[in-house]
Amino acid sequence: MFRYLAGRLAQALLVLWAAYTVTFVILHVLPSDPVTLQLAAGGVDVSQLTPGQLHSMEARYGLDEPVLTQYFGRLWDALHLDFGMSLTQNVSVGTLVSDRLPSTIVLALVSVGLFLVFGVGLAYLASYVQWLPARVLLRRLPAVGISLPTFFVGLLLIQVFAFSLGWLPARGTEGWRSVVLPAVTLALPGSAMLAQVLIRSLGDTWQEPYIVTARAKGLSRWAVQLRHAFRNAALPALTLLGVLVGYTVTNAVVVETVFSRNGIGQLAQQAVLGQDVPVVQAVIVIAAAIFVAVNLVVDLLYSFLDPRVAHTARVT
Amino acid sequence: MSEGAERAESSPGAAGQLRSEGATQRTGNEAREGAEGAEGAGGAEGATRRTGGAAGEGAGANIVELAGLSVGYRSRGRTALAVDGLDLTIAPGETVAIVGESGSGKTTTANAILGLLPANGQVVAGSIRVAGTDITTARERTLRAVRGSVVGLVPQDPMVGLNPTMRVGGQVAEAVRRRGVDRRLVPAEVVEALERAGLDEPVLRARQYPHELSGGMRQRVLIAIALAGHPRLIVADEPTSALDVTVQRTILDHLGRLVAETGTSLLIITHDLGVAADRADRVVVMQHGRVVERGDPESIMLAPRDPYTRHLIEAAPALSHSGQVVPRFTEVAPAPEILRLEAVTKDFRLPRTSGGDRVFRALEDVTLSVRAGQTLGLVGESGSGKTTALRIAMALDKPTSGRVFLDGKDITAAGWSQLRPLRRRFQLVHQNPYSSLDPRFSVEESIAEPLVSFRVGNRASRAVRVRELLDQVALPADFRDRRPRELSGGQRQRVAIARALALGPELVFLDEPVSALDVSVQDQILGLLTGLQRELGVSYFFISHDLAVVAQLSHEVAVLRRGRIVESGPAAAVFAAPEQEHTRELLGAIPGQRFAAALAAAARPEGAPARIPPPGTDGIPVGPE
Repeated sequence: MFRYLAGRLAQALLVLWAAYTVTFVILHVLPSDPVTLQLAAGGVDVSQLTPGQLHSMEARYGLDEPVLTQYFGRLWDALHLDFGMSLTQNVSVGTLVSDRLPSTIVLALVSVGLFLVFGVGLAYLASYVQWLPARVLLRRLPAVGISLPTFFVGLLLIQVFAFSLGWLPARGTEGWRSVVLPAVTLALPGSAMLAQVLIRSLGDTWQEPYIVTARAKGLSRWAVQLRHAFRNAALPALTLLGVLVGYTVTNAVVVETVFSRNGIGQLAQQAVLGQDVPVVQAVIVIAAAIFVAVNLVVDLLYSFLDPRVAHTARVT
Repeated sequence: MSEGAERAESSPGAAGQLRSEGATQRTGNEAREGAEGAEGAGGAEGATRRTGGAAGEGAGANIVELAGLSVGYRSRGRTALAVDGLDLTIAPGETVAIVGESGSGKTTTANAILGLLPANGQVVAGSIRVAGTDITTARERTLRAVRGSVVGLVPQDPMVGLNPTMRVGGQVAEAVRRRGVDRRLVPAEVVEALERAGLDEPVLRARQYPHELSGGMRQRVLIAIALAGHPRLIVADEPTSALDVTVQRTILDHLGRLVAETGTSLLIITHDLGVAADRADRVVVMQHGRVVERGDPESIMLAPRDPYTRHLIEAAPALSHSGQVVPRFTEVAPAPEILRLEAVTKDFRLPRTSGGDRVFRALEDVTLSVRAGQTLGLVGESGSGKTTALRIAMALDKPTSGRVFLDGKDITAAGWSQLRPLRRRFQLVHQNPYSSLDPRFSVEESIAEPLVSFRVGNRASRAVRVRELLDQVALPADFRDRRPRELSGGQRQRVAIARALALGPELVFLDEPVSALDVSVQDQILGLLTGLQRELGVSYFFISHDLAVVAQLSHEVAVLRRGRIVESGPAAAVFAAPEQEHTRELLGAIPGQRFAAALAAAARPEGAPARIPPPGTDGIPVGPE
């Protein structure tokens, strides 16, 4: 078990490093002239500068050093969670991120909670209910959920619950009420996909011979589904869950824009538009870190749910 | 259903409670109905009348009554009958065996009794009464009351019959709790049930997951689950087909004792006429959903009337020689060694228990050799290390110590790239042809795959080779476009054999190649394998738990027990004069010997020479007359 964990952790760190490096390369090496690009982002009109001024500006942002030195210097700083100064706003990237991160995390957590409840609940019912019309209806629902685009659902929800009914705020970051609509919007595609996969694998699991064994004990359908079918069916859905939680962070960009929420997603959008390289770099590393962390948790859940994963016989 | 009622119903005298439910379901077309309803109303006291039990219930005393039962499966608007007009009763304490090959409807019958027909299956005609309750059209709630507590099931395939994500103990506990056992007593009852099913170290086993147990151990767990519900009838659906003979015998002996001690009835569903004849009070032979012959085992074995019954006896290697094992090859010519395992030892680490880390020695100092053009039969019980030996011989696992030689070359430490070219020279035929073929591959693609992966020839030459191989395994050439699902089990195994032969290997590993097949198909495949060996000079490393089958194929035999070779030598010598107790035990456990002496005396002057019946044959318990 310990070796399995250590292996997984090492893999996670490797992915994180790779994410940092790839973004660094893309942002620093590929564009024609990173110096002008970044200085321009900082509001400096490069064409007006003398070579001497340009050089001093470069020195100020540390852009005059060789690329490799820059890379290792920044990687070292990033390891200490120091992502440098924002080019567009005169604050450190760390401050920007730590201001924005909590609201995004709350949004993501609420939406993950929602899509777990919706997705698993729907799949569970769709497999349990035996009355045919209800069964068919429940089984068709996920397809509808998947085909609705996030921004459209967001606008629809704002129209109904904020403008027509006035129950919930349409925008902003304050209070728990402001989380509801964006979280539901964000949760919808996730729960639909999760439900679809789970319905499928629950259906397959119900066909397994050990279900016959369980039913032959005289267990109720409920007990059979809960104790025997669900845990086995959850395994294929678990991988999807990892991906979906990761996407929740990515989709937050759209949802935070639609609902004008002050979060990482909005920060990312602004940073990309403003070509604020350090901020983009930081956001990408954070997104990668979340992806990696979630998948690490998923892997651990796997070994918890399926004893066969971590428990292969070892040769002595 | 209330907790109390559930508890009462699960006790041996629970019929009353069960009937109360049945009464509400039925339309009331029987005179006894009212009385039963009244009896059921006081069902909570059922436990107090336990001693009265099933005896005072008149005509309903039979645990199972099937009358003119026809079961069909709907598919594309048509209903295909799997069981056609079956009449069958099982009295308390009686052991009945239904014998038939796949497609005979025997498993459908078992499922119908438990109310576990798949969604597209339905009772077309006739009725099913279990413990007096008509469950032909009963609802889930009534069926639930029957399952586990009145009828227990020992399912077919132990490898997939247990939930892989749940500890063994938990799965037994579910059945124990159904009887309303006090929570604090459940763990003790679980251990007891596992012990009664014949598992060693039941405390450790309860903590393990199914994948940590061998097939035989899993089957014992499944039996423990069935026993844990204290049912009045146990339906054993091919309970031991996947098990080695000695385990089969212990388990069937055990079930037999249960019948005698507790008055539990037993319905054995099997394809093995030998098992049926040895164990049952009555035997029912089924073919294509119909009963072709029924009677007591003696008359079926000694004087079969129906041609199909006679065919079953002829095809079974253990029965065709009057219940004796007769090796096919009595003289073995010397031949060079092609594969040699030398002093191979293999250890696996066991999960931690309170006793600390432990190591399981799967193989200890095993030395084997396969000779060119001949067959080595490696026989052993499940858990004896057969599969480990096979995996090490195929260089899929590395031994802890010892060496493996292929044609004189040491391949023990060979890496993937060194082994890759050698793999052309040895191929494997799996046990289960239903899962060893890719369902999306056509027969031609399956057979040609080894050729493709070793870049042998071009498209045209491969097509020629596939036709040639199909011809060798006696399949028509137009089978090449079929998918595995269009083939029967025997046809699939032929495809698997053709695939193994595609690269012209010198050595083919046969991992129980006929265990999953019907008796008559088994016979054909064994014939095919011997023919191919004669024709192509290929060597076989054959592992099996079935001595009768090993005798059909092997020149040399090695008997493996708990990781050690206890006896080895030419098949003729080992089978005719076994030196070790364990070998004699294995031979004696082959089913179909209850009437061996009578059979040998009866007819067949060309039969095997007279032989003292192996020890233990007279110890088979027989149910009450």
